[in-house]
Amino acid sequence: MTDSKGPRPAISRRDLLRTAGAAGAAALIPDAVGGVTKESPATSARAAAGTERAGGLLPSDTAPLLAGPLTNLTARETEILSAMVDRLIPTDELGPGALDAGVLQYIDRALSEAESNAADAYRSGLAALDTYSRYTRGRPFIDLSTIDQDSVLIDVQLGAATGAGVGFVGSSGSFFNMVKSHTWQGMFGDPKYGGNVDFAGWDLIDYPGVRLGVSPEDQQRLEADQLDPVRRSAYDFGLFE
Amino acid sequence: MPTQLRETDVVIVGLGAAGGVAAYPLAEAGLNVVGLEAGTWLDQRDFAPDEIRNNYRDWPMLVKKAERERPTSRATSADTASQIGSHPMMNAVGGTTLHYWAQSWRLNPWDFRMVTETTRRYGASRIPAGSTVEDWPLGYDELEPYYDRVEREVGISGQAGNVRGDIDPRGNRFEGPRQRGFPMPPLRWTAFNDRMADAARSLGWSPFPGPAAVNSEAYDNRPECGYHGFCSKGGCPLNAKNATHITTIPRAVDTGNLKVVTRAHVTTLEVGSDGRVIGVNYLVGSNQYFQPAKVVLIASYTYENVRLLLLSKSRAYPDGLSNNHGQVGLHYFSHHTSGSVQALFPYDTKAWYGLPAQGVAVDDWADDNFDHTDLDFIGGGNLWVMSDRRPISAASMNTYGRSRNWGSAWKRFIHEHSDRSHGSYIQKTTLPYEDNYLDLDPQVTDPLGLPVIRITGQFKDNERAIAAFMQDKMEEWYREAGAVEVNRGGLGNTMGASTHAYGGTRMGDDAETNVVDRWGFSHEAPNLGVLGASVMGTSGARNPTLTSQALSWRTAAHLVDSWTDIAQ
Repeated sequence: MTDSKGPRPAISRRDLLRTAGAAGAAALIPDAVGGVTKESPATSARAAAGTERAGGLLPSDTAPLLAGPLTNLTARETEILSAMVDRLIPTDELGPGALDAGVLQYIDRALSEAESNAADAYRSGLAALDTYSRYTRGRPFIDLSTIDQDSVLIDVQLGAATGAGVGFVGSSGSFFNMVKSHTWQGMFGDPKYGGNVDFAGWDLIDYPGVRLGVSPEDQQRLEADQLDPVRRSAYDFGLFE
Repeated sequence: MPTQLRETDVVIVGLGAAGGVAAYPLAEAGLNVVGLEAGTWLDQRDFAPDEIRNNYRDWPMLVKKAERERPTSRATSADTASQIGSHPMMNAVGGTTLHYWAQSWRLNPWDFRMVTETTRRYGASRIPAGSTVEDWPLGYDELEPYYDRVEREVGISGQAGNVRGDIDPRGNRFEGPRQRGFPMPPLRWTAFNDRMADAARSLGWSPFPGPAAVNSEAYDNRPECGYHGFCSKGGCPLNAKNATHITTIPRAVDTGNLKVVTRAHVTTLEVGSDGRVIGVNYLVGSNQYFQPAKVVLIASYTYENVRLLLLSKSRAYPDGLSNNHGQVGLHYFSHHTSGSVQALFPYDTKAWYGLPAQGVAVDDWADDNFDHTDLDFIGGGNLWVMSDRRPISAASMNTYGRSRNWGSAWKRFIHEHSDRSHGSYIQKTTLPYEDNYLDLDPQVTDPLGLPVIRITGQFKDNERAIAAFMQDKMEEWYREAGAVEVNRGGLGNTMGASTHAYGGTRMGDDAETNVVDRWGFSHEAPNLGVLGASVMGTSGARNPTLTSQALSWRTAAHLVDSWTDIAQ
């Protein structure tokens, strides 16, 4: 029963540098290879397609953005979830939103893996969101104007959509917070998990990217707004299992 | 029937911050040591800088013993306890030092003599009602050589403020005298750290860099910190964070005298008819083993140390091992760190690349460093301004009422402000009280059917008064540095589970009110030692790990010196 493996030999400095593809001072790993000049986010076709009408923008057409059907949600559930995350982080003049960044794919994969316990909460919550929308605004959620969708989501966030007959398990706020939390993970987390496509989330908040070593000079460049962002997943270093 | 193993000199239950340190002086002295660890070895390859994995999916622990034994928690004995959502500690060789913040403070001399010093300066009536606080059985001076040794063996960076009485204004002028400086200079500061230090000075305070178990320069053949920003709940991919799995444990293994057994889930300690401990029972998967030992040191976390004793019932100890005085589980407290303060600045802080142990400390309002005559509390807090920011948490920031926390208006807000908020970390003096304690939950069990720990704990008036006082100080500091918005959290109520959990097996000379003696050995079972913050009777205003490690080294050194007496 003894773990005969013991501590594995440390990754040598040379291995680190070789893997990172660069040599640098003081065992830090510079980001020279990964330095990519930040581009301004492309305005997506979807944002351009939004059209004005009385009462606000029409919800954008989400179908072309879906890489394929989701494995853990039905087509109907996917439509409702798409509309919801599109309001949480919309595509707008500041750049890509949750749908562009692959948040649906992130959530779908999460429901197959680490968040498999949440699948029922998604199913019941999305159905309840639609029911609440029909009861209080007279239409399915996906057919509401963005202003009405937002007002429904505010009710759901505040827990005001909780009640018999609607179908939220517990407070509607719990459902909202779960979806919001997963949406933020998909937007701002490591791209390994299917979200943050084209580093859309990191660009939005000017996160300069994953580096293993940040030298004093790097920090000074950051403080002078002269540090170019690196765009890579933590797993692109080739060091991690 | 369990497999009977060959007797060893010492068994250590848990190879984390405390057990991982104690193993080294024991093995070095030639004692045969078996370290039983519930987790596995993990290394650099497991430590991806990945916020989803580390901070939202609870890390790549291969073994989740702690998680399966989550305590229940309630404020008072009149409440019903409910199980906490997740356990703050992890199982692995090295324990939670793999992903801790690595702040490595010595306690202030006052923390060891709170009762005497408070009585002398303000009168006995100033000890809060209901508190069971006692002076420690040892003073700072007695622990100093062990602090010094552990700072070198583990590797601590920092700036000394008091070397043999010579005050150095670059360091903490309130610290107890140290025999020499730190083995490494402090971690570097960012421009925001400098700005906060300047603001503190303009208020007349004494800012200084905090001590960290993180390499500020190459040390022990391992590189300096990479400041990559994923240190909080993240292991170090460079091996620059000095967790015990890369410091004292491998050194102990190298002596040839430490045998590390991983995935070893200790269930109970066995006791002989004379009341001495004779060994421990453990499981590896479904296989049962009995490891006989001359001496047993329990070094799991506070909750697990207490639980192991309470679960180990015998004829000699019907209410749990070493509990014939009814003290196991008493004098429990978790560090008061609520009463938060957050600020929004009109400039970027450039905090993306930093770590929680990198920052600016102010101790002017800690311990008894200021006059409490006209105040309604004793003790105080350590103000800590650190650099710690990751993308998901940054994007989840408080919007200070300036926008909803989603939608296009939020996108504009976050685009501008994602690097402009700061949340301070304020650790406060926390006392034990007669009605705060740990016991076995009467209903909730782990998958083996054994009861989990129940926490009954509530912060009292003294803790809440400190919190309000410290919030005023922190807001003053933030405003001085240009903050445009300041938010305050609640002052704290239910203690709950914490990474800073103290007491339950308190150390003291009086067997009527303490479980272990001044050396860390049981008052009742003489060959049972206890390691970890569960022996600490006061918290001070700073992280417990270094003190717990210094105490562990001292207990191990005492065992070596007194081997014949203790092991018979």
